[in-house]
Amino acid sequence: MEIALFASILTITVRAGTSLMYATIGEIITERAGILNLGVEGMMIMGAVTAFAAAFHSDSAWLGVATAMVVGGLLALIHAFLTITLRADQTVSGLALTIFGTGLASFLGQRLGPDGMPLVGQVGPRFHKVALPVLAEIPVIGLALFHQDVLVYVMYLLVPLAWYILYKTRPGLHLRAIGESPHTADAMGVNVIGLRYLYTVLGGMLVGLGGAHLSLAYTPGWTENLTSGRGWIAIALVIFATWDPARAVIGALLFGGVNAIQFRLQAAGATIPAAFLNMLPYALTIIVLVIITWWEAFRKRVGAPAALGIPYMREERA
Amino acid sequence: MPFSVKLEKRLEPSQTMAYLVPVASFVLALLFGAVLLALAGANPWHTYRAMLEGAFGTPEQWRAGQFYSLTETLVKATPLILAGLGVSIAFRMLFWNIGAEGQLVMGGFAAGAVALWLPPMLPGWPTWTFLPIMVVAGMMGGAFWGLIPAVLKAYLKVNEIITTLMLNYIAILWVQYLYYGPWKDPQGYGFPGTALFPEYTWLPRISGRLHLGFVFGLIAAALIWLVLDHTRWGYEIRLIGENPRAARYAGVSIARNIVLVTCISGGLAGLAGMADVAGISYRLQQGLAVGYGFTAIIVAWLARLNPWAIILVSILLAALLVGGDQIQIVMGLPASTALVLQGAILFFMLGGNIFTSYRLRLVRSVPSLSTSATGE
Repeated sequence: MEIALFASILTITVRAGTSLMYATIGEIITERAGILNLGVEGMMIMGAVTAFAAAFHSDSAWLGVATAMVVGGLLALIHAFLTITLRADQTVSGLALTIFGTGLASFLGQRLGPDGMPLVGQVGPRFHKVALPVLAEIPVIGLALFHQDVLVYVMYLLVPLAWYILYKTRPGLHLRAIGESPHTADAMGVNVIGLRYLYTVLGGMLVGLGGAHLSLAYTPGWTENLTSGRGWIAIALVIFATWDPARAVIGALLFGGVNAIQFRLQAAGATIPAAFLNMLPYALTIIVLVIITWWEAFRKRVGAPAALGIPYMREERA
Repeated sequence: MPFSVKLEKRLEPSQTMAYLVPVASFVLALLFGAVLLALAGANPWHTYRAMLEGAFGTPEQWRAGQFYSLTETLVKATPLILAGLGVSIAFRMLFWNIGAEGQLVMGGFAAGAVALWLPPMLPGWPTWTFLPIMVVAGMMGGAFWGLIPAVLKAYLKVNEIITTLMLNYIAILWVQYLYYGPWKDPQGYGFPGTALFPEYTWLPRISGRLHLGFVFGLIAAALIWLVLDHTRWGYEIRLIGENPRAARYAGVSIARNIVLVTCISGGLAGLAGMADVAGISYRLQQGLAVGYGFTAIIVAWLARLNPWAIILVSILLAALLVGGDQIQIVMGLPASTALVLQGAILFFMLGGNIFTSYRLRLVRSVPSLSTSATGE
């Protein structure tokens, strides 16, 4: 009984954590390049609504994923253009992106259904669970980890890939360099501006993909406020993970786990009011952030990108 | 290419551009919105006209002495002014208080707690005293919600963007818990909301639904203008934001000022919440947290933290919101059009800002140097 309970909680944890993982890895890549993008929530919700709309009209969930990635990338491109080329304030630009994205997603959600009707309540294609042969038969964790939708498996591959590229390859070295010391990187012949554009857009694409997982697999369909602050949690997770894709797994499991336990307790008619359980992830983010910040020595060792949030201007070379 | 565009830093920020950019941003955002509306199959001209009339009324209505639309816009502008002023003073020292929404909600909660529970505890107490107590309680509720991230930032250097943001969600869930749960009106037919506040705790109304909270906003703007733009303390706060090291050398206590200023910032947002529950809904219910705190951030930034400009921008954005509701009712268009326009205004303004500190120059490039000079 307890094993079954554990397995079911783990199943929901992985499902709930997947969109967070995509968004977190996307934002890690962007921040590693020295660009802080607070527009994650806006890009994610736009990814969710456009993914569902595209999938609904084309009857192809994969086309939905592709659309979400393009939309996420385009929104990130606005942020890149404003902050890199026009040197606008990164905090305000990111906030603007979230406000803009949230508004536009709600607008589109009311217009992109059949014949210009709302999308809310429509049923469209979705990613179904597929059991992986052999792996799904591992006792206890097998079904939880390997009887999931395809986007979960893609995420399993993405994490080690992102980690490997970031720490073990030349492009990864350049990525860390432009966020750590852009002037040195520039002197080494690295195209700082070009790469910052590239990684901001790439980050946005992954955030959009995270949104697609919400509307095509986790809670298929479109409802207002579908992301409900997940984009902001992803930003907190980046700090939680100290800009390391592998460590982000722990954070996403933790946050996904709170979601799962919440599900369970509500189903069991728990005596704790749902409101307090809903507060838990937000309170946890604050607590984790305090602990991480407190551990200043640790933070310095693992290192936030030193040039994070600082516009790069060639003529003002230090 | 015989010509290339070059950015050249201005010696001083351009005054003309400081005024031109916001106006141009607003116009460009409206043009962008027009394209979006046209794509959605709506007539942009009719839509904007409906928004404008919905927000300010028609000349016929004015002649008939009906100012309902205008007062509704001012009603919506009231929380924006108060929360916008609150946010602006934190932004002056580059403390990114994204938590006005939660501070507003906690202000409403504290004021509601007083209105609901204090009068029965103090029978025979003169009833006119409760409203001032609610004003103080509302400010303290917001200030307390600002105190948490302020202390974490000041003494542990915890990033305030994340903490203020997370506290928003906690505050909203807390108040929701109250009016869905223990504070729910037993005579409310299952409607989620507390009982009605006693009538003597209602803020007096000026015209239509416009209440005294609007006057609070004007007073707060004047006070902030006086104190922050014309005293040494105001200068110190700006110095903390612009050059913390210089502030420290000048003997300014950064930690103490972060805590103090953020409490005032949260207090003003809390007053916005108090004014909303005591001026409009007369109870705690759904509709207290509708994003005023987030819009306040835009207000503060668009107004370049100037208190008088905050009043103007608040009225403008409130007009967008009221107009947005109007096109939803009259034309069946999404009210979120207003949010899209707000976001677009911000984008254009962010992009346009570069013209205040830089100028674009067409440079005739010498062919032999053109490739090596750019280095790309």
